[in-house]
Amino acid sequence: MTSYRLPAGGRIDRNRPIAFTWAGRRLTGFAGDTLASALLANGISTVGRSFKYHRRRGIMAAGLEEANAIVQLETGAHTLPNLKATQIELYDGLHAAPVNAWPGLELDALALNGAIKRFIPAAFYYKTFMWPGWRWFEPAIRRAAGLGRAPTAPDPDTYAHRFAHCETLVVGAGLSGLAAAIRAAQDGGRVLIVEAEPEPGGASLWSGEDRARDALLAQLRSYPNAVIHTRTTAFGYYDDNLVGLCERLTDHIAPAGRAGPRQRLWKVRAGRVVLATGAFERPLAFAANDLPGIMLASAAHAYLGRFGIAPGRRVVIATNNASVYPLAGALRAAGVEVAAIVDSRGTNEAPDALAGCAPLRAHGRRQISAVTVGTPGGERKQTIACDALLMSGGWSPAVHLHSQAGGTLTYDQASQSFVPRPDAAAPLSVGAAAGSADAVGPIHLFADGDRAADQAWIDFQNDVTVGDLHLAARENFRSVEHVKRYTTLGMASDQGKTSNVPAIQQLAGLLGRTPPQIGTTRFRPPYDPVAIGAFAGTAVGRRLMPAQLTPSHDLATCAGARFEDYGAWRRPSSFALPGESEPDAVAREVLAVRHHVGLFDASPLGKIEVAGPDAAEFLDRIYVNRMATLKPGRLRYGLMLTENGVIFDDGVCARLDDHRFIVGTTSGHARAVTQMLEEWLQGEWPDLRVVTENVTTCWSVMNIAGPSARALLAAVGTDIDLSSEAFPHMAIRCGMVGGMTGRVQRVSFTGELSYEIAVPWHSGAALWSALLEAGKAFGIAPFGVEALMTMRIEKGFLHVGSETDGTTLPQDVGFAAAVAAKPGDFVGRRSTMRPDALRPRRRQLVGLEVEGAVPSLPVGAHVVDHGSRGRSAGWVTSSAWSPTLGRSIALAMIEAGTERIGEVVTLWDLGPRRSARICDPRFYDPRGERLDG
Amino acid sequence: MLLICCPYCGPRAEVEFRCGGQAHIARPGPYDAVSDDAWAHYLFYRENPKGRHRELWLHTGGCRRWFNLVRDTATHRIDGVYLLGDPCPEDLL
Repeated sequence: MTSYRLPAGGRIDRNRPIAFTWAGRRLTGFAGDTLASALLANGISTVGRSFKYHRRRGIMAAGLEEANAIVQLETGAHTLPNLKATQIELYDGLHAAPVNAWPGLELDALALNGAIKRFIPAAFYYKTFMWPGWRWFEPAIRRAAGLGRAPTAPDPDTYAHRFAHCETLVVGAGLSGLAAAIRAAQDGGRVLIVEAEPEPGGASLWSGEDRARDALLAQLRSYPNAVIHTRTTAFGYYDDNLVGLCERLTDHIAPAGRAGPRQRLWKVRAGRVVLATGAFERPLAFAANDLPGIMLASAAHAYLGRFGIAPGRRVVIATNNASVYPLAGALRAAGVEVAAIVDSRGTNEAPDALAGCAPLRAHGRRQISAVTVGTPGGERKQTIACDALLMSGGWSPAVHLHSQAGGTLTYDQASQSFVPRPDAAAPLSVGAAAGSADAVGPIHLFADGDRAADQAWIDFQNDVTVGDLHLAARENFRSVEHVKRYTTLGMASDQGKTSNVPAIQQLAGLLGRTPPQIGTTRFRPPYDPVAIGAFAGTAVGRRLMPAQLTPSHDLATCAGARFEDYGAWRRPSSFALPGESEPDAVAREVLAVRHHVGLFDASPLGKIEVAGPDAAEFLDRIYVNRMATLKPGRLRYGLMLTENGVIFDDGVCARLDDHRFIVGTTSGHARAVTQMLEEWLQGEWPDLRVVTENVTTCWSVMNIAGPSARALLAAVGTDIDLSSEAFPHMAIRCGMVGGMTGRVQRVSFTGELSYEIAVPWHSGAALWSALLEAGKAFGIAPFGVEALMTMRIEKGFLHVGSETDGTTLPQDVGFAAAVAAKPGDFVGRRSTMRPDALRPRRRQLVGLEVEGAVPSLPVGAHVVDHGSRGRSAGWVTSSAWSPTLGRSIALAMIEAGTERIGEVVTLWDLGPRRSARICDPRFYDPRGERLDG
Repeated sequence: MLLICCPYCGPRAEVEFRCGGQAHIARPGPYDAVSDDAWAHYLFYRENPKGRHRELWLHTGGCRRWFNLVRDTATHRIDGVYLLGDPCPEDLL
């Protein structure tokens, strides 16, 4: 191994050597190197194995269009797959390895695939692995192909998000971008310039235009309204000039030394956008054009000018345009032998160029050792020894962001490239991104049947050859979008940056059409891969969906509560004692409520204040039930429907005075109900004088339920008259409770005497403590959601979302009489009268009982009627072991269920069958005699 | 992500809004005189134009007000907004 680092030149810091590991070998580079430049400097020519055929591949580009040098960076939790060596800045201790090579780069077991290439062409797996089934072969094929390995440990890095606004966003800080930024800054608006590389300058960093760059940078820095962000890639252009940026904050620092977020995702809304994104040089297609040592001419120029690296000792330059001639001069000045310049154009740019010739075949095993060049017909042919071939097939403007913005493209015949069509609605493209006026010469187009086409690579990363395009054309794929998907052309992580235009040219030649007739595939974000973590930002772990906590959360935690997430709320499922199982805890809590008193934090119950002179009229139009007749100080249960007639929510509505109501909603539905109320108010009845406000988290609610509830409320101290005459069931009273201002509702979801005491949210914990302390004398037990649900099943109470689904109408759950009694319209009323709503044998809410101490019926078990060939006639919607009754009970929605009470039905659940008897769903205290304690 | 000009709050990012679908749908009534067909059309039948579409938007993350907006479904260009209950301005038809 010899060094290709030249004794002088480049923008690296030769006083700061940097040690790194590549494929297990210890190597050294300099500060300012990329992993790619450091590998080239060390004479590493093979950096990877190709995706499908496992052919040796070397570094081909110097920027983000690199298709071959795909690496796995670092190990363990910090490992990152499929990064391009050209984008990795070298840091001390960096550890990288090739992907897709086993057991190693030099001896790859699957290189055999290359020898059998003609049997595994494009889309071979669609044809070959049909029998006995693709799934038999898929794992092995996926292992053989594929690139790096995803990390298995959680991402140790953090990511940040930022929104920003500016008058002008300039993408790309090459000379054109800097000039455009200066012009924009002169207008005084905020100018944001983003550059993917670590320093601004673009091609001037290697082309020798240092003075021009330094002058522009100095001028730009004089404008305080202009800011440059380097290491920042604009990856997507979205509606209304929103541009997504990914800023790499610490990737250039060794993991141990990193602090703060690794990357920052920006969403920038710009007044206007200037695209100075440059252009990609196109590779040339010829046999064995993927041998290590063959690279883009501009990449060689970048390695020479920016990193002080010779691409070889004796190089051949192959081109169809003039852009390579400064490179030839620079190579010779650096002492590199330029053996030949092969120029497909008829006229000579330099006296020693081989005019009208193109490379036909590269030779070499581990890397290129010679190239055969000649005229297209093969009249003049010669083989030239070399250790590097630098190629240029012309330039393709980086039109990705322009296209994502909705801009269209036009084909420029002279430069043989798709260029942005200027359009007032599209962003402005400047510099090389706008296209070059320089004419290019012909490229070698392969005739159908030319075996050399099978060795001429077009898409290096996905291993697609010109021969694969021929195959697709022979099989009558005509649309470029179909050819892309059939051959996988341009579908690798580089998204065809170097392969799309050459493929379109080859396809056009083959089909006898022009490139604009073929057209391009769609350009979609991201322009360059972005880590998923950057998109997630801080919304990971606990921050993905922050739990809403009840006022008694900390006290419940101390009391040994087990928590579960119910919608957005984290609530106690039970308060199990040490050593107590959850079912035992639920049973104990239920019996405490039935015989003594229980305490439940019901704060998540939705509370919406509805006020105004027309509030009663408004709620009458919203609820199935009559609300206009509700008297101040009283409560009424109500159902709300969607306009489609389906049950949307239920709850208790309280009337505080003539013009003021509190609409109670199910926990977790308060926001949706508030939005629904507003939608009707604003959209349909703007004449109603009503305002709404969701006050759910203004009031904490502690529910005490059980025969001793009245005595407990008296014991904790209140100025409200608690006698059942003064404060009957379904009433609301305002007053002091335990020294706190409160509202007390007598309402029961358990079937026992029950009070819901609402106090300001911040007083909730104090009220919880006061009730628990005063309740000791009454045998109080705090209870969780599971006990509450068990008790409401014992009562046969509906739970919206358990018993109901997107088809459930009020008459299906026992509210036919309420609908019939309601005068006038309400939301969804017309839908309850449709033919399907009125048909017989709709599913109806019933109870199911099973004899003996047997396990509960599984929720979701289907009722299968005899003689119906297994058709479901309904299903179990809620199920519990009833500690009160000592048997299993369930609620179910069953076809014509209320007519079938007493019938024994068969239940089927994923195989096992059970029997149960249909019954009235009110299992416990059907006449409500316990509501008064 | 669209930039939507709320008629009450000014230009804001799309994430602050919720789209409510086609605007100017009249609710038929009285309920006991509406045919099944008319009710089905009111509930389920919507235009699906390629081009200008008048639709409802709600500024959920702001003033919580609904308003009308005219958007081109092919280009996403927003041609204008106007208040709920107002007729569509002639230049936005």
